[in-house]
Amino acid sequence: MGNWLAQIGTVTWLNLRTVGQRRGASTAAAFGILVVVTVFIALLSIAVGFRQTMASTGDPATVIVLRGGSDSEMTSTVTRDSSRIIAEAPGLLRSPAGTLASAELFVVVDVPKRNTGTAANVPLRGVQPAAFAVRKNFRLLEGRRFESGRNEVIVGQGAAKEFAGLEVGHRLRWGENEWTVVGIFSDGGSLSESEIWTDVDVLQPAYRRTMFQSIHARLESAAAYDRFKDSLTSDPRLDVSVYREPDYYAGQSEGLTTLVYALGLLICPLMVAGAVFGALNTMYSSVATRSREIATLRALGFGSGPVVISVLAESLLLAAVGGGIGAAFAYYAFNGFRAATINWQSFSQVAFAFRVTPALIFLGTSIALAIGLLGGLLPAVRAARLPVATALREL
Amino acid sequence: MKYFYLVWKNLWRRKLRTIFTLLAALFTFALFGVLVATNVAFGMGVDISGADRLVVIHKISLIMPLPIAYKDRIAAVPGVKAVTHMNWFGGVYKDPKNFFAQMAVDTPTFFDLYPEYVVPLAQMKAWNEDRAGAIAGRDLAARFGWKIGDKIPILGTIFWHKDGSRLWTFNLDGLYEPGKKGVDATQFFFHYEYLKESAARGGDLVGWYTIRIDDAKRAGEISQQIDALFANSPYETKTSTEKAFAQSFANQIGNIGLIVRYVLSAVLFGMLLVIGNTMAQSVRERTNELAVLKTLGFSNRLVLFLVIAESCLLALVGAGLGLLFSWAVLTPLVGTMLKQFLPVFFIPAWGILLGVAVALLLGVITGLMPGIQAMRLRIVDALRKV
Repeated sequence: MGNWLAQIGTVTWLNLRTVGQRRGASTAAAFGILVVVTVFIALLSIAVGFRQTMASTGDPATVIVLRGGSDSEMTSTVTRDSSRIIAEAPGLLRSPAGTLASAELFVVVDVPKRNTGTAANVPLRGVQPAAFAVRKNFRLLEGRRFESGRNEVIVGQGAAKEFAGLEVGHRLRWGENEWTVVGIFSDGGSLSESEIWTDVDVLQPAYRRTMFQSIHARLESAAAYDRFKDSLTSDPRLDVSVYREPDYYAGQSEGLTTLVYALGLLICPLMVAGAVFGALNTMYSSVATRSREIATLRALGFGSGPVVISVLAESLLLAAVGGGIGAAFAYYAFNGFRAATINWQSFSQVAFAFRVTPALIFLGTSIALAIGLLGGLLPAVRAARLPVATALREL
Repeated sequence: MKYFYLVWKNLWRRKLRTIFTLLAALFTFALFGVLVATNVAFGMGVDISGADRLVVIHKISLIMPLPIAYKDRIAAVPGVKAVTHMNWFGGVYKDPKNFFAQMAVDTPTFFDLYPEYVVPLAQMKAWNEDRAGAIAGRDLAARFGWKIGDKIPILGTIFWHKDGSRLWTFNLDGLYEPGKKGVDATQFFFHYEYLKESAARGGDLVGWYTIRIDDAKRAGEISQQIDALFANSPYETKTSTEKAFAQSFANQIGNIGLIVRYVLSAVLFGMLLVIGNTMAQSVRERTNELAVLKTLGFSNRLVLFLVIAESCLLALVGAGLGLLFSWAVLTPLVGTMLKQFLPVFFIPAWGILLGVAVALLLGVITGLMPGIQAMRLRIVDALRKV
């Protein structure tokens, strides 16, 4: 057994030391694997980042109330009377100013994208004062909050980065009204950071609306949800749907994440297949150029096991190098890369950052090693089966 | 042509390697096809939008409606040949996951302006006479297994009936076929009149107008005239060509489309390098064979040609099979899977041509380096090498 291990060590070491002689082919194979891993990680980091933005929106103790049957703020309406009843429902957290419930209006305005200059649907949300306490991660980064009753807006940091003309002090014109940007805010990486906020009492007349579209509220605790929901759904004066915010936003992220995952799952096998054949070629020619060397070893009494393992080791090394560099490159190039896309459910833009998570890196490098294994297996078997006499005679 | 046999024989000198290289090229170009189709899908129909059609939307945003009274005023603008309008219905069929576009359209004008939605005459007649009638795209009907005559229940999220009920039931009177490649066959159209009469509120407003103009060159001028007509009113408009409108939709998807394009380039570049290297290597291995050819009197240029012909042949066969596989099997399959998200998913003719061009380029580049080496080869040196 010890002898066998020593043989493996010797042959593998010999093999790896001569990789330099096959620089061209080895580099090409490793590069192919590098591209596969980079692309794989980059693609999935879109889905992961988007989902993370949606998932970090709302915690289990926050709820959103929409009109019965509505599954998006866009299509929901809540009357002023209903909003008062909802704000007094049991289970809501109280502050000296009343319960933490904010009746909100959600519209979309055209704002040019920074990188293309073309119009994008940016959400403009009218909120009540309680909104800042409902979103407990709300932080003002720059400027001040809007004053109630004035045409002033504050802008989420995601929107400010992605769309043009949203810096503090800028004036914006939508329809007959002019608005001034007075602040930039963050909200723990959530969807709110893609939005522009203003006083709902100013937004309603500007858009000729008398109703709200949703109520965002904070519960005493996550456990108070059932009590709150039951009281609303059993109230004959109301026709509403109640969602925990995380559930609501998870539903909203489904479309894009499914699409990206489907594309990833589709592109991935094709890339892997291409890379496997590339690796196969490299390893076969590596075995071919060393066939005399291998035959000599065999003639000296080295077993076929160590030969197989040495070839596999070479191919795995190439895969590990390619995969490792690919993963590192993907991490530096794409982690935190900011993008914005349209969320069809709310018909408005979501600004988010790509996320390269440890799980993705692990998956990517596993794929690289799998390619290495597949690409090395057949050539390794060929190397072990090489008839010693013929190989030695070969030129 | 007379050297074809020689090139062919050379190609199969190392069968295994050639097969692997072919397979690598096959999968790479199959992927190329899928990515071209993805690109088309993310283009949101920019390529097929009518050049003589303009879209009039509310200046603030597409989601804000416009008064129905604008129809006649727009029609009176010189150069406007026809006007139609649409409302986004946004209802839910059984489950929110079953998302598809439902539009309330102006019955007399809609299909005139959109000749790319082809409806058989008899079905069109039936639809015209049926107040709650609807016409669905072929692919949409296939997705849910609808047949003509079916009743389609859709839960309104924006519009509900005057009696407060949200359920709208439509009769499927006809199916439309896409009149040309790339037309979305997953939409659902019904009468605007029905919406206007039945909806509790919002029925007297329309989502947006589409107009046809007599001269596509005057699009800019006519757009300005229309927008000037409604300037300083509560409902200001923004008029743009349908192409610009589709483009702004595509841009809304944003960097994602761009990233898919980057992926395309990265994968291609990487895989081409792998394939190219293998092909170059196989020429390098044959140095003394090439020297023998030269000894026999093959000119330098002919040797270069033979090497390039071989690599081009390999690249073209691999790419051809890959594109064929992608066009015939893969994209239709993927298109069916992703129909819900990307209604239009196919490889256009330019995609195939581009693929062939890339393959040819790959063949030339990979053949050129070793080919030039072979050309410059001094017979004596080459023959001396073992």
